[in-house]
Amino acid sequence: MRPETEAELAETIKAASGPLRLRGGGTRAVGRSTGEVLETGGLSGIVLYEPGALTLVARAGTPLAEIEAALEAEGQRLPFEPMDHRGLLGTTGAPTVGGMAAANASGPRRVQAGACRDYMLGVRFVDGAGQILRNGGRVMKNVTGYDLVKLMAGSWGTLGVLTEVAFKVLPKPEAVASVLLDGLTQEAAPDAMARALGSPFDISGAAHLPEGPEGTPLTLLRVEGFAESVAYRAERLRDLFAGSAVRIETDPKRNAALWRDIRDVAPFHTRAGDVWRISCKPSDGPELAARLGAEATLFDWGGGLIWALLPEGSDARARLGTFGGHATRVRGEGESPVFQPEPAPVAALSRGLRARFDPRGVLNPGLMA
Amino acid sequence: MQMPEPDTRVLSRKAQIVARLRAVLPDDAVIEDPAETRAYECDALTAYRCPPLCAVLPASTEEVSAVLTICHEEGVPVVPRGSGTSLAGGALPTADSVILGVARMNEVLETDYANRFIRVQTGRTNLSVSGAVEEEEFFYAPDPSSQLACAIAGNIAMNSGGAHCLKYGVTTNNLLGVTMVLMDGTVIELGGAHLDAGGLDLLGVVCGSEGQLGVVTEATLRILRKPEGARPVLMGFGSNEVAGECVSDIIKAGVLPVAIEFMDRPCIEACEAFAHAGYPDCEALLIVEVEGSEAEIAEQLGLILQIARRHDPVELREAQDADEAARIWLGRKSAFGAMGQINDYMCLDGTIPVSALPLVLRRIGEMSAEFGLGVANVFHAGDGNMHPLILFDANKPGDLELCERFGAEILKLCVEVGGCLTGEHGVGIEKRDLMTVQYGAADLEVQMAVKDVFDPEWLLNPAKVFPLDVSAARRVVAAE
Ligand SMILES: Cc1cc2nc3c(=O)[nH]c(=O)nc-3n(C[C@H](O)[C@H](O)[C@H](O)COP(=O)(O)OP(=O)(O)OC[C@H]3O[C@@H](n4cnc5c(N)ncnc54)[C@H](O)[C@@H]3O)c2cc1C
Ligand SMILES: Cc1cc2nc3c(=O)[nH]c(=O)nc-3n(C[C@H](O)[C@H](O)[C@H](O)COP(=O)(O)OP(=O)(O)OC[C@H]3O[C@@H](n4cnc5c(N)ncnc54)[C@H](O)[C@@H]3O)c2cc1C
Repeated sequence: MRPETEAELAETIKAASGPLRLRGGGTRAVGRSTGEVLETGGLSGIVLYEPGALTLVARAGTPLAEIEAALEAEGQRLPFEPMDHRGLLGTTGAPTVGGMAAANASGPRRVQAGACRDYMLGVRFVDGAGQILRNGGRVMKNVTGYDLVKLMAGSWGTLGVLTEVAFKVLPKPEAVASVLLDGLTQEAAPDAMARALGSPFDISGAAHLPEGPEGTPLTLLRVEGFAESVAYRAERLRDLFAGSAVRIETDPKRNAALWRDIRDVAPFHTRAGDVWRISCKPSDGPELAARLGAEATLFDWGGGLIWALLPEGSDARARLGTFGGHATRVRGEGESPVFQPEPAPVAALSRGLRARFDPRGVLNPGLMA
Repeated sequence: MQMPEPDTRVLSRKAQIVARLRAVLPDDAVIEDPAETRAYECDALTAYRCPPLCAVLPASTEEVSAVLTICHEEGVPVVPRGSGTSLAGGALPTADSVILGVARMNEVLETDYANRFIRVQTGRTNLSVSGAVEEEEFFYAPDPSSQLACAIAGNIAMNSGGAHCLKYGVTTNNLLGVTMVLMDGTVIELGGAHLDAGGLDLLGVVCGSEGQLGVVTEATLRILRKPEGARPVLMGFGSNEVAGECVSDIIKAGVLPVAIEFMDRPCIEACEAFAHAGYPDCEALLIVEVEGSEAEIAEQLGLILQIARRHDPVELREAQDADEAARIWLGRKSAFGAMGQINDYMCLDGTIPVSALPLVLRRIGEMSAEFGLGVANVFHAGDGNMHPLILFDANKPGDLELCERFGAEILKLCVEVGGCLTGEHGVGIEKRDLMTVQYGAADLEVQMAVKDVFDPEWLLNPAKVFPLDVSAARRVVAAE
């Protein structure tokens, strides 16, 4: 099913007699969702773009590529750097605005700029009863009633089908540089990243690859902004790590490639195995990585996001034990739940919300459950 | 302002309820003497007052849980309270409600510079959170003007922002986790020292829910390293339109200042007479602040001044030293006090898309003539958050009502041009009845469905946010 308008979508959902599996670009088949496929691709197009007000409103089925091109023409961008899952999951198709918002997809710049949810100003959506609803708006500040925009971000289509999303966008910086530290151990890297992130030099990315492009450990710190300021801050960071093996990468193309590979977890693309994504307190990273005993790891968000490659069928949560944060299986089949199980009282609230937004349980049943 | 009739069943059991609360709290933490509960009769929206059944001041999450368990069993409404600086009547009690103040819960529980967060009890004031990490050159970004007094609890409930939120975002963008007590006494944790939500983003909906979903007792907040420096520039223009265009051009040029403040002529004149900041004689004034290293400040200010010059400024003044910077901010920071000196005023809080600025300012001017009441405008221009101050005479019969009608018209205008009813002060009781201007019946229904899940009996912070007729059916069911 592929409705062409919001009203048609609402009718489709109202008329549904069984489960619906929502699909934007279908670039990521994570989790267990069953049912008849309901595609959002018919709801496409940029509704409003005001560069001077840093605002863009688009229909949910709009391909992200279209958004990125429109922003690029005005020297702007989506600051949260959404990941492209196709390489990791071996999918094809075009990622959409709705899929990105429903996944709250945020890349390396999350440590500085915030997540997708932080840039979502307003939403329109159709709930499980087929009602057309809206929340938020298209202004930067809005505290009129409850913030359901955040609730919809990262809800994976379990509360409603997004039809339109309003975003705050930001100017693209003039220059970028990466400060590269060679040879740090997995134990030492989070500490180095914490020093950089705790400096006044406005780091917009901090990641660690136990096996960098040269096969040796590489820690990357990114600064962005006006050219002179970027050069200045990169030098200050070099000073901060005097005594270590430090290089500065200023080539825009090579920088783009480096950070795209981190964002998309490129080192795992060609390797078999399950992929887990662990969100934690950065300084807990080394200990958690040790417990995981993974075949490969990648640390993003200053160590607060661990990507781990495990043998097929491994239960990362059993290996992790209790910890502050959560683990999601992004790739792989298996017994264990895909999303982190919640403590009973929180799970009851989530279930309650789902029952209110989707009383018949038709939207992506099984997902996030 | 209409409020629901107090529940006589609750009123008649007051003695029993207070006795039960006394059994779980220290003696001085339960306040029922009418002379002492007077302090809790209202928040900063002082036009509306009501003495509560009693007030309690618990000192820990466990005590909050014990209080809520009792109130839940007794069917007593509870109004959470931070410092009582809400301008929307968010903490206004009803006669049958218990005020639950978190002012005694003001400890710093953990500071962690490596992971860049601080965990505090929510009664702690906003400014003292920054104060706690200042020595290490860190700060907590959201900076409401009331930051000396307001508590993190109220900031979370209202999703408060401040002058610097153009760059750093508002409370929701800086809140990592909370410990929260549900109305039935259940203690839950949402989020934590990690960056994103595991399941549904419940933290995101709790922030800004105006104390209606649970009582937050502890908060994990993101802290940031202070920039190397900051510098403001003052720019005067010949018209509101031109100043508005300049704001838009600055943003389009790729500069992201930390603050862009806008003042119109009535506001400039009042501030100048009060603070003598040396503001120029002009129609509209912008204060733009940038931060970073010296190189970064110079580069950004260079670009901003170049853009400003294209708009025929009456004056451009770059702060040369800390003294001059302070003087530039002095007038703006004393705006509310200055206006208070010359007149009674009502402070509105609506937002608009920045592109609608000239239109909205013109319409406000026209309406000002129609209603016969003066208006001064001061606002956060970068994000379109306006604070029109409507001037009236509190001693003149009918003036307050006229002022309220005018205010409602301005807020409707904000919604009409694509903005919203409140950008930072919240709905509370003040804007409750305007909610239908911004949202349709189904949109309000789904928000109320969220409350149903967290607080099925609708006991937490009653009669706020939703128009009374819209929530009537739910409140009746809950009372039975
Ligand atoms: C566990 C997990 C973690 C992820 N983490 C990240 C991350 O950190 N960063 C990142 O960039 N990407 C992440 N993604 C990938 C992200 O989903 C994709 O990058 C992309 O945004 C999906 O776009 P799509 O249109 O192809 O979505 P699809 O694959 O079609 O859909 C994605 C999900 O959203 C739902 N959905 C799609 N459209 C709508 C709509 N209009 N309304 C409501 N629901 C809708 C779908 O049912 C599905 O559950 C993650 C994916 C998974 C499974
Ligand atoms: C002079 C002045 C300037 C101001 N400037 C700004 C500004 O620049 N930006 C801005 O955003 N606001 C501003 N405000 C408004 C006000 O300061 C904010 O709304 C503030 O966040 C309220 O905090 P509080 O602790 O005083 O909350 P209170 O007034 O006590 O309560 C506010 C709301 O929070 C709820 N609440 C309180 N404690 C809890 C809790 N523990 N758990 C759950 N809910 C709770 C209450 O029920 C109520 O709904 C200003 C106010 C004044 C008087």
